[in-house]
Amino acid sequence: MNKKEEVINKIKDQATDVYQTIIKRQKPELEMPIRALSNVTYDPKKGFFELNGAMKKRTLTVNTIKTFAQTLRLMGLSQQLVKTNDIATKREAYYISKNWGDASFSEQTESDAIMDDVESLFMLNRERIGFIPEEKGGDVAGRLTVIDKDPDSGQEIKIDCTKFGSGSYSVPSTVEELQFETKADFILAVETTGMYQRLVKHNYFKKSNCILISLGGVPTRSCRRFIRRLSDEKNLPVYAFTDGDPYGWLNIYRTLKVGSGNAAHINKYFCVPNTKFFGITAKDIIDYNLPTHPLKDVDIKRVQDGIKNDPFVLQHPEWQKALQDLVKMKKRAEQQALATHGLNFVISDYLPQKLENPKSWLP
Amino acid sequence: MTTLNDFSGTEQLDSNAIKAHELAKKQREISIAEFFEKNRHLLGFDNKRKALMTTVKEAVDNSLDACEEAGILPELNIEIIEMGEDRFRIIVEDNGPGIVKKQIPKIFAKLLYGSKFHSLKQSRGQQGIGISASVMYSQLTTGKPAKITSTIGVNQPSHYYELGIDTQKNTPKILKDEIVEWDKEHGTKIELDLEAAYQKGIQSVDEYLKQTAIINPHTTIIYTNPKAEQFIYARATDNLPVQPREIRPHPYGIEIGILIKMLSWTNAKTLQQFFTTEFERIGAKTAKDICEKAGVLIKTKPRSISREQAERLIKAIRVTKIIAPPTDCVKPLGPQLVEKGLKKEINAEFFVSTTRPPAVYRGNPFIIEAGIAYGGELTSDNQIKILRFANSVPLLYQQGACGITDAIIETGWRNYGISQSQKSVPVGPATVLVHMASVWVPFTSEAKEALAHYPEITKEIKLALQECGRKLASYVNKKKRVNEETKKRSYLEKYVPHIGIALKELLALSDQEESRINNTLRDMLEDIRGKVELEPDGTQTYSEELKPIINEENGVDDEQERRSNQ
Repeated sequence: MNKKEEVINKIKDQATDVYQTIIKRQKPELEMPIRALSNVTYDPKKGFFELNGAMKKRTLTVNTIKTFAQTLRLMGLSQQLVKTNDIATKREAYYISKNWGDASFSEQTESDAIMDDVESLFMLNRERIGFIPEEKGGDVAGRLTVIDKDPDSGQEIKIDCTKFGSGSYSVPSTVEELQFETKADFILAVETTGMYQRLVKHNYFKKSNCILISLGGVPTRSCRRFIRRLSDEKNLPVYAFTDGDPYGWLNIYRTLKVGSGNAAHINKYFCVPNTKFFGITAKDIIDYNLPTHPLKDVDIKRVQDGIKNDPFVLQHPEWQKALQDLVKMKKRAEQQALATHGLNFVISDYLPQKLENPKSWLP
Repeated sequence: MTTLNDFSGTEQLDSNAIKAHELAKKQREISIAEFFEKNRHLLGFDNKRKALMTTVKEAVDNSLDACEEAGILPELNIEIIEMGEDRFRIIVEDNGPGIVKKQIPKIFAKLLYGSKFHSLKQSRGQQGIGISASVMYSQLTTGKPAKITSTIGVNQPSHYYELGIDTQKNTPKILKDEIVEWDKEHGTKIELDLEAAYQKGIQSVDEYLKQTAIINPHTTIIYTNPKAEQFIYARATDNLPVQPREIRPHPYGIEIGILIKMLSWTNAKTLQQFFTTEFERIGAKTAKDICEKAGVLIKTKPRSISREQAERLIKAIRVTKIIAPPTDCVKPLGPQLVEKGLKKEINAEFFVSTTRPPAVYRGNPFIIEAGIAYGGELTSDNQIKILRFANSVPLLYQQGACGITDAIIETGWRNYGISQSQKSVPVGPATVLVHMASVWVPFTSEAKEALAHYPEITKEIKLALQECGRKLASYVNKKKRVNEETKKRSYLEKYVPHIGIALKELLALSDQEESRINNTLRDMLEDIRGKVELEPDGTQTYSEELKPIINEENGVDDEQERRSNQ
């Protein structure tokens, strides 16, 4: 049984179950895991956020009939897409629903939410059920050749990521079929586009024989998957380089490494557990005497919430200490603050020092 | 001799009428015109607008009373014509029994003739001073005579009079006396010119006649207003109201002034005889009891009772147990007719009404009736409309000072699905009717525009409103429930097919299987909800389609409606 049939069967089984329940004059139910930080556990050995058992049931009643109908119709669309080897973006799915009369979605947020439900219902990522996101996956430059296929002929295309000049290769929204060739030593994932541009411009990947990836904020699913496959298949270490603030640590880094609460049902494949954190750390702010900004109230709240509730932070005393230090300093520093020591200080000093000194990393 | 002051503060006697009567006796010294000028505010002629209303009201009251006494279903034709600036002609024609020739001048052109004052009987007439005041007013403001036509039967001649009033002697001045051709079986027609003003609104003649039609559902009124708009209020029942009976006063309602007056008027030889013949519910034993308590001999001549003795008698009466007055002398309209009256003039969706059992205040029997019209065309963002009636006469003025209004405010309307803020008239799509029928209606002032605040009356009004309110609440709640339920049903109806479509798509079902799914689902989910329907209780007479027709009949054209909606 191939992957495609597996998906089609899963959908069909669920639909058959609903059908037969109705025929028995009983109220059909759709059961799916609750997708939230409160319902995930983190085992450092496994390396990613895993769902706990808590489930939510959507029972067909007068009040839920609209959502129930929409869920079923979206399942129908998904089945159709998988059967015909087609894909629809989240936005396209929303527009397709406009043909459904009363059952159409009035906002894309509604269709996105139901799509997440369907995804978790089958414990399959949305790419496998035929839906892809709008967002770009991230930018790549460096010692990597991506092997893709021509959409028409199916012929292999080799893409050399060193040959984009001052530009980059873009991670596509589905990365499952890509193959890689590389002789790089490591992957450096960078939060901001500004810092990434600097590293590309000055050919950092040549100097340190690495692959540069721009996360552009919280990494998208496909970006996470891309790094994951690359790292797994080519046995490459991954280093993350973000701003020295709660958002960079808890939202960007943590999601890259162990996944998110909302995507808990697919985290297994959509995170990069072997990632290590380069910086900016709280210690960096002091050691490099970086210019800072004051922490905002929301930042402090975010930190306290993280220390208390984030299963990842709870498992790592290093992170708890880092977060507490940050709150004590009441300061945060951006990646580009390193420019205070000269524009290329990051290339000539900061990154080499980090690479040499694993003790300065955080898990 | 008794002075006017003796009567101050007595509600029992129409003190206005007494005053008028006293003054009328002195006509040789004061001209009746002067009397009229001085008292026009008491007589309902304080301003031009009110003069128009009072004149119509007096004529209508007379006509209705005459028809009812003669057992005729009333049919009134009323016309107001604008003759010039501030000058109007009022024509009121009825199908009453007609008036015997020699009475015509006296009834229309002698002030206070045949006045019903101090009669303890439920009647409209208690309210006014009589049509002759309007004739007087007409003469004073226009110098024109009143034109009267009346006939008492098919084979009888129709008499036509033009009448004025001799303002020195208070006697009729006959200007014309003819026999005319009048194509009418029996009836009376009066034509008066007067200085007046016409205005629409809640205190207009239009409104007065509409409310008259509501509270007199056995009456047909055809009314043409000065704008030449015709309103036809058709009767809703062929049953005449039962004629109320006149009763003697009950001792509990007697105050010192009236007692003294009665003592001086009576033909009784002894106190005992006085009490047993002039009052309700006093037998020989009770009379003796009262006299003993007052320390007055039972054999005393009524005329020789001093003021101080009279006061003791009053006190004695208060502490003596006396049976409540007979109540069969008060005739209510009855809940069916109250409802019919409301229904025929108000386009609402729910009507409820009630008639309370008789009760007594100050020795006067009375009955309270109430009705509520709800929803339909009535707007929900305004205060409810209050229709006040006393002995089948609409009260249009002084709503804020009226005991009826206060009783409405004191009733907790929020329990009945109508919003109400603290101590104010409730707000909602409702019209509330309250009718007090009594042998003696207590007004706050001589203008007779608002009911006085007697706790017994307030209590009865509230009980009546609560009774109606409870039924209204169950309707309003039911309506709310049905609305919600209907909404859920249509929700169900909307989305069930999509479950079918989706499953058909997912499982390649046949059309048959698809409709099986839809039917099962519909069945199943509706079963859980249970059936809903408004019980057909016959109150849902409101119909959107009928609305324009009814309006047309009532002479409400679109433009007028738009204006009144603004």
